[in-house]
Amino acid sequence: MLYREVGQYKSNYAADMAVFPILQDRIGIAVILVIAYVVFPLIGNDFLLNTILIPFLIFSLAAIGLNLLTGYTGLLSLGTGAFMGVGAYACLKLTTIFPHVNILIWILASGFFSSAIGVLFGLPSLRIKGFYLAVATLAAQFFLEWCFIRIPWLYNYSVSGAIEVPLRTFMGIPMTGPTATSLTRYLAVLTIVVAMTWVASNIVHGRIGRMWMSVRDMDLAAELIGIRLFRTKLLAFAVSSFYCGVAGAMMVFLWYGGAEAEVFAIDQSFLILFMVIIGGLGTLIGSFFGSALIYILPIALRLIPANFGIPIRPAAAEQLTFVIVGALIIVFLVVEPNGLARLWQIGKQKLRVWPFPY
Amino acid sequence: MRAPSSNETALGEVLLAVEEVSLSFGGVRALTGVSFDIRKGEIRAIIGPNGAGKTSMLNVVNGFYQPQSGRITFKGNVRNSMRPYAAARGGIARTFQNLALFRGMTTLDNILAGRALKMHRGFFWQLLRYGPALQEEVEHRRRVEEIIDFLEIAAIRKVQVGRLPYGLQKRVELGRALAMEPDLLLLDEPMAGMNLEEKEDMSRFIIDVNQQYGTTIALIEHDMGVVMDLSDRVVVLDYGRKIADGTPDEVKRDKDVIRAYLGETH
Repeated sequence: MLYREVGQYKSNYAADMAVFPILQDRIGIAVILVIAYVVFPLIGNDFLLNTILIPFLIFSLAAIGLNLLTGYTGLLSLGTGAFMGVGAYACLKLTTIFPHVNILIWILASGFFSSAIGVLFGLPSLRIKGFYLAVATLAAQFFLEWCFIRIPWLYNYSVSGAIEVPLRTFMGIPMTGPTATSLTRYLAVLTIVVAMTWVASNIVHGRIGRMWMSVRDMDLAAELIGIRLFRTKLLAFAVSSFYCGVAGAMMVFLWYGGAEAEVFAIDQSFLILFMVIIGGLGTLIGSFFGSALIYILPIALRLIPANFGIPIRPAAAEQLTFVIVGALIIVFLVVEPNGLARLWQIGKQKLRVWPFPY
Repeated sequence: MRAPSSNETALGEVLLAVEEVSLSFGGVRALTGVSFDIRKGEIRAIIGPNGAGKTSMLNVVNGFYQPQSGRITFKGNVRNSMRPYAAARGGIARTFQNLALFRGMTTLDNILAGRALKMHRGFFWQLLRYGPALQEEVEHRRRVEEIIDFLEIAAIRKVQVGRLPYGLQKRVELGRALAMEPDLLLLDEPMAGMNLEEKEDMSRFIIDVNQQYGTTIALIEHDMGVVMDLSDRVVVLDYGRKIADGTPDEVKRDKDVIRAYLGETH
């Protein structure tokens, strides 16, 4: 009833082409931002910030990155984990070589390295599509993983072979490293994710987004209206890998505080791919839904037995969580193969015409 | 519908000419030494029985297929084959027999995508969707709205084209081609699978495009009534060879055409 666009007339094309043309959507976004920036920092304890919100946001950003490539441009990639790794290692090298530059700048800049690698491994996409391209990106995954393990220069020759995040401060406040509070890290992650989501939304709503979707839906026709397939696909690889790279750098520097190469293994690629598919291919909001379902749901389930005093061993609870999450994923995919974002859209449509069925 | 102009001198200069084009796939000869021209401002029909090589001909013209021999002259430039991008740049637009719409996108986005070649604002502005980039979007939206008005599809502007009925999809596809503001519009069976009313609508759009925008049109169509009424000149293909070329009246009387295409009359 409240969600209605009745009476909201658009008197110019710019207003009609806005990303959120409906007033209630704009209010919703504002409320979410207030909650994220004010309410969570006020009420949030370490557990909420560090175990739930920071990883949720980071996974969302990685999912957006993959979604730009797979959901919007239709190029299947299994190298997400490796591209995230490139970001993380690039960030480590940058901050080692130039320790006095603000770490947040390096986190963002590491995306460019990931971009370059992404473009390199995106080159086969001119000739191959679908599963075959997925196999080509799989090669990127294995090759890069090998580099992360075998090239000691990348992890600064540390004895453990892992990235050790150094202490970096910004205006005297520790941003990364063991002394950085979860609140500062949360705010840094939140700001980067919000800004990059906004940019992603700008891209997909404009000329470039249309080019990507044209290539996804019918590449022959796209070529015929004058879209150069190769450039368009490489641009998708570049932007997508940038997002993944930044997500990877944040994952190590603002969440884990240290990581080994196996963090960026193929499991990570699959995890992000699941988030994208379950959330909804070709939607930005779906990336957040997918990340919430795959990452937060298991944590929530694990808390249930303890909070309700159900006597169950932690190991059993862990196993049970896997079963439940797996079942839920299947249910969601059967109910709505187009992902949670589609359910959300249907829900909004229902609200719009409520109390009438259509 | 108007009477076809039989007076050839009224037609403009040659916009596109194919000469002795031959195309084969392995051992199968799709086209054998086909020559014809399309003049500025005309509606040119390509007809022939199934498998005659009509669609292959269009694919050669807009660069999907590279012919083994022959020459293509477009706007005075002679070349051995076209490339899709060069064809699009040069002003050749195309619709497909079995629809090639961007099914996941709205009508509006489909037609806006047709203006890809005309939008240039750089990556940086696209990131911000502000200033010049937004200005450009709005400017092109205005042009797209004109096309939407023209094709009478305002009501489905924001509907995903995958959910539209077939007839409307055909119209959206025409809209996307028109958004390119082409000099030469290739229509591959624009009326296939339509009922009489839809065919009449589509015929009207084709004539309007030809007369209002002055777009040269080459069309493949199986409905003889439509072809004879719409086109200025007709080229007839059979088994990859040209068997007749001329005004609808001439073609209708041609013995080879009657034998090959319209069936033997005893």
